[in-house]
Amino acid sequence: MPDSAPYTGAAGSAGTLIIGNSQAGVQLASTLRELGDTEPIVLVGNEAHPPYQRPPLSKAFLKGDATAQSLAFRSDEFYREHSIEVVTGEHITSITRDAFGGEAISASGRRFPFARLALTTGAAPRKLPFAGSDLRGVGYLRDAADATRLLAELAAATNVAIVGGGFIGLEVAASARASGKNVTVFEAAPRLIGRAVSEETSAFYLGAHERRGITVVLNARVAGFVGDGGPDSQPGAVTGVRLDDGTIVPAEVVLIGVGVIPRTELAEQLGLAVDNGIVVDSQARASDGFTVAAGDCANMPNPSRADAGTDFGDGRLRLESVQNAVEQAKVAAATLLGLESTHHMVPWFWSDQADLKLQIAGLSGSHDRVIVRGNPHDEKFSVLYYRGEQLIAADCVNSPLDFMAVRNALNHDQSIPADLAADSTNSLKKVTTP
Amino acid sequence: MPTVTYTAPDGTATTASGEAGDSVMETAVRNGVPGIVGECGGSLSCATCHVFVCPESAAFFGEREDLEDDMLDGTAVDRQENSRLSCQLKLSAGHDVFVRTPESQV
Repeated sequence: MPDSAPYTGAAGSAGTLIIGNSQAGVQLASTLRELGDTEPIVLVGNEAHPPYQRPPLSKAFLKGDATAQSLAFRSDEFYREHSIEVVTGEHITSITRDAFGGEAISASGRRFPFARLALTTGAAPRKLPFAGSDLRGVGYLRDAADATRLLAELAAATNVAIVGGGFIGLEVAASARASGKNVTVFEAAPRLIGRAVSEETSAFYLGAHERRGITVVLNARVAGFVGDGGPDSQPGAVTGVRLDDGTIVPAEVVLIGVGVIPRTELAEQLGLAVDNGIVVDSQARASDGFTVAAGDCANMPNPSRADAGTDFGDGRLRLESVQNAVEQAKVAAATLLGLESTHHMVPWFWSDQADLKLQIAGLSGSHDRVIVRGNPHDEKFSVLYYRGEQLIAADCVNSPLDFMAVRNALNHDQSIPADLAADSTNSLKKVTTP
Repeated sequence: MPTVTYTAPDGTATTASGEAGDSVMETAVRNGVPGIVGECGGSLSCATCHVFVCPESAAFFGEREDLEDDMLDGTAVDRQENSRLSCQLKLSAGHDVFVRTPESQV
């Protein structure tokens, strides 16, 4: 590792450096060009691939329907035509900067001078210190390399264990089950997807996955993983999950999906405020006033208009979604160019598990009551969240019309009276009120 | 290679090439064509790749399925007779396609 000389402020015309080959990174580069920026743009990341879509890694990719190449966000021609230099396989380890610019240095010693800096570093899987985590067949899912490994391991497995009953865990569980594996999901909490949905939605997913033949263990106490002895004291292959009561559940593949940790090392090194992500304002500006950050790595004022004026709305949060990466990156690009732009949106999320399409509109965090519309037993229903009389969010399962109606109502600051919404013969679009 | 020509509401036309089997949405996003978002990557979850298919191109594509039809009811710009979600429109060899993009997708 070369020593980095202190930056002396000579790189004033070096353009924009975007660190993180992610959805937010690509969007930021694209938007800079759309807004007329003609300065150099360098987008750098440590993976071998140019930036690609991550959501399919737990869905289409595991069915063998996608590759990192087919998931690429942009063609090579696009980057060339727009003079965006995409650098792969370089891990930035240190940055020095002042108000006029600075320089980043990679592990290989390559130097990246910049006038403007954007951090779109994303997030890494939260690692759990389980005994046996180094056994072959135990892993996480975040990038194409992980997905490629998981796909190969699944092909040879009979028993699959998933640690964590959130979106990633359940999407992978559903994929594995669809290909005939014995699948067990271990969730430490009393319900599935507890971080994102209501008890009604959690209960539905528990039943729906059990009906499809997945074993779900709630309040699970995973102690570690057991394996066969590898040769020459190398770790062997995983053979099971050990619970704290000593039970061993057979598994030749273990996927751990227990959330992510924002990648903030570089921000911390720059002295930026960090608190569950890089702390930014609604212009995507970090605490130094110059650097911008966007995507999973950023901690922002709640951008959800439906929450304005409430304690929840005045709070800060981090969002892990395509939409947030895209919209916040657009704001960050404008901010870098000195243009006015504010990050406001109605957050939305989706998760495809087996033949169940979950679409979530809005943030339900401040609700005080729910309305269930339709019948969960039909696997087609919606849960609408209200704060008082105001609709604030919905979880829609196989109910795209409801999702679109709620998203549009929230986008236009409209509401849908709860009593009318509860009657599933009413079209939500038709009973929306200003 | 089949091409897609995307005409924006102001009349600006952008032509992009794709491979047979690619969708009209993928072709737009990969080439940075304005007016098509495709937030969900083609999983019929977002309705941000709405297009109006020009009459001469309609015959190159299959019928709408129910899910696409439902999602079209919630597009940012109201649907018309020739509205499709472009993630569901697959290119085929030898067929150049023409679509119009709406005023907005969100």
